[in-house]
Amino acid sequence: MERPKIIRISGIKDEAEGIKTIFLRHSMVAKPGQFVMLWIPGIDEKPFAVSYSDQKKGEIGLTVAAVGPFSNRLSSMKEGDKVGIRGPYGRGYNLGKNSKQLVMAGGGYGSASLTMLAEEAVSKGCNVKFILGARSKARLVYADRIKKLLGSGNLIITTDDGSAGIKGFVTDALKNLFKAQKVDRVYACGPDRMLKAVSDICNENKIDCEVSIERYMKCGFGLCGHCCVDPIGIRACAEGPVISSAQAAKISELGSYHRVKSSRKEKL
Amino acid sequence: MQIDLSTKILNIRLSNPTILASGVMGVSGAACVYAAKKGAGAIVPKSLGPKEREGHANPVLVEFDKGFLNAVGLPNSGVDNSLGEIEFAMKNAGVPVFPSLFGGTKEEFGYVAERLSTLNPQMLEINLSCPNTASDFGEAFALNEKAAAEVIRIVKSKTKVPIIAKLAPNVPDIKKVARAVVEAGADAISAINTMPGMVINVDVARPVLHNRQGGVSGPALKPVAVNCVYEIHKAVKVPIIGIGGVTTGEDAVEFIMAGACAVEIGTGIYYRGIDVFRKVTAEMEEIMQRNGYSSIKEMVGAAHK
Ligand SMILES: Cc1cc2nc3c(=O)[nH]c(=O)nc-3n(C[C@H](O)[C@H](O)[C@H](O)COP(=O)(O)OP(=O)(O)OC[C@H]3O[C@@H](n4cnc5c(N)ncnc54)[C@H](O)[C@@H]3O)c2cc1C
Ligand SMILES: Cc1cc2nc3c(=O)[nH]c(=O)nc-3n(C[C@H](O)[C@H](O)[C@H](O)COP(=O)(O)O)c2cc1C
Ligand code: FES
Repeated sequence: MERPKIIRISGIKDEAEGIKTIFLRHSMVAKPGQFVMLWIPGIDEKPFAVSYSDQKKGEIGLTVAAVGPFSNRLSSMKEGDKVGIRGPYGRGYNLGKNSKQLVMAGGGYGSASLTMLAEEAVSKGCNVKFILGARSKARLVYADRIKKLLGSGNLIITTDDGSAGIKGFVTDALKNLFKAQKVDRVYACGPDRMLKAVSDICNENKIDCEVSIERYMKCGFGLCGHCCVDPIGIRACAEGPVISSAQAAKISELGSYHRVKSSRKEKL
Repeated sequence: MQIDLSTKILNIRLSNPTILASGVMGVSGAACVYAAKKGAGAIVPKSLGPKEREGHANPVLVEFDKGFLNAVGLPNSGVDNSLGEIEFAMKNAGVPVFPSLFGGTKEEFGYVAERLSTLNPQMLEINLSCPNTASDFGEAFALNEKAAAEVIRIVKSKTKVPIIAKLAPNVPDIKKVARAVVEAGADAISAINTMPGMVINVDVARPVLHNRQGGVSGPALKPVAVNCVYEIHKAVKVPIIGIGGVTTGEDAVEFIMAGACAVEIGTGIYYRGIDVFRKVTAEMEEIMQRNGYSSIKEMVGAAHK
């Protein structure tokens, strides 16, 4: 039934400057890359990727970057507060059958879904390199979680200002990796321009790649059409949010514009 | 037996009688084309108004056991920003596109119709009946036959493009509204838009939809809609497009036998997927085969005998 289920927040964790994880007791089984719609009754309801899923405990986590009215409000909520949740929605990432050497490229809170994917990949015996990008050291999320999972040799940090790891972009680190080692598959989640760049680089190098795209969502389950992308018309919430880089190459608006709440196009 | 699934609305030929309903999927030109490629015989894009509107906050859709409620609030970027989207749809859909429009005043309906007519669409659908804008517009136009007729008269004075008047079910006698809009110049009627409804979440003691009230669509609406089409068919001679809860070929044939020459499908996309159009058309063919009909025309109004 497509309606929010009311749950009390069971825990809150600070991840980085302006970024928190909200934990909810919910037996929902979400694949890495899938998202939920989170409702603050009387305020609004917005999409968030599932970033933690502990099926034994029956708990999921959503990692929220405070960027505007809704996410700030959500970030200031307390343990015990009621929120509504529905989902999971959309198509998650696929771990290819014969892909052993994987690279995750996460920008900002985009590493939420990729960290869960990395956990699954490791449990299936894949080798994972994680490129974690952020504006600055203070905005880095999950560095410890990823180090624990992969070992620090497999975590490559990039910051725009050089305050941690390599000064530069996720894409610079990705290009270097291509030169240094064999890569079977790349997964990317982050700002639109980064996704466009990663997808282009992978297409040029003929490396399989999946990217998770974000578009303004209303229903989340493929009916309202608000999240359809130009010019191919597929729905980010239903055919996406995870799409192949081959599909990404056909989306002319990727990295260039998106639609706002009214549906008007706005340059990124 | 050779079965012809094509249908005609006025002189416009549709390769099959399933049309994408306004407000579902068709937010952009690309989305309209996507639905057309999945088998729709024609496309009605999301309703456009005179200026940009954000619509309501989420949730804008909520499910119940036999359908959905929606209160999206007519978001659109305004007709002038949207002409390119409609043009894209008309160029690339490969099937007829009937832009839908609304206004807050009758003059606004006229303005939007005039702007859209510059693209020379084959028809325009006039959304007289959206229940979601009542707070800024007062009573929906379709709830009052005089108001509805006035809108149609103004639109007719602003365009040469044939127009479809889209009616609401929640009136004492839909025949009266149908007669009034046809007298005012409507070339066709589509029926119906949604019915007012509410779903309350008991754990927070408030309606789920941000707008509190919404419009019922999907299977729960179907018998109401079939009855409206049946009544309208008795009252007027213009072509009727049936809308409300079509998810199967059988549903579509019910509407056609009640008097429609085509159906629009919205919520059915949720239940059957975006290729619902292809599925419904194939199921209609099977029903026609079974009952010895070779064309849609033979079935139009068959239930009135
Ligand atoms: C599939 C998907 C997964 C996401 N996962 C996460 C996540 O894990 N963590 C996280 O912090 N954020 C995530 N987001 C983004 C999150 O939904 C927005 O940051 C949030 O909605 C912003 O709302 P606001 O009121 O705080 O900001 P606003 O100031 O209203 O908007 C800030 C930005 O968010 C976008 N946005 C606003 N509303 C929506 C909406 N309904 N749908 C999509 N984008 C919107 C705006 O276009 C704008 O670019 C995800 C978005 C999508 C589509
Ligand atoms: C999400 C949603 C948005 C809608 N928006 C519009 C709209 O903008 N204009 C309009 O005329 N009808 C709109 N409608 C009504 C539909 O076009 C249709 O009349 C109604 O949903 C019944 O058909 P269905 O049961 O096949 O969905 C909308 C319906 C839904 C579900
Ligand atoms: S958000 Fe409604 S179709 Fe994707």
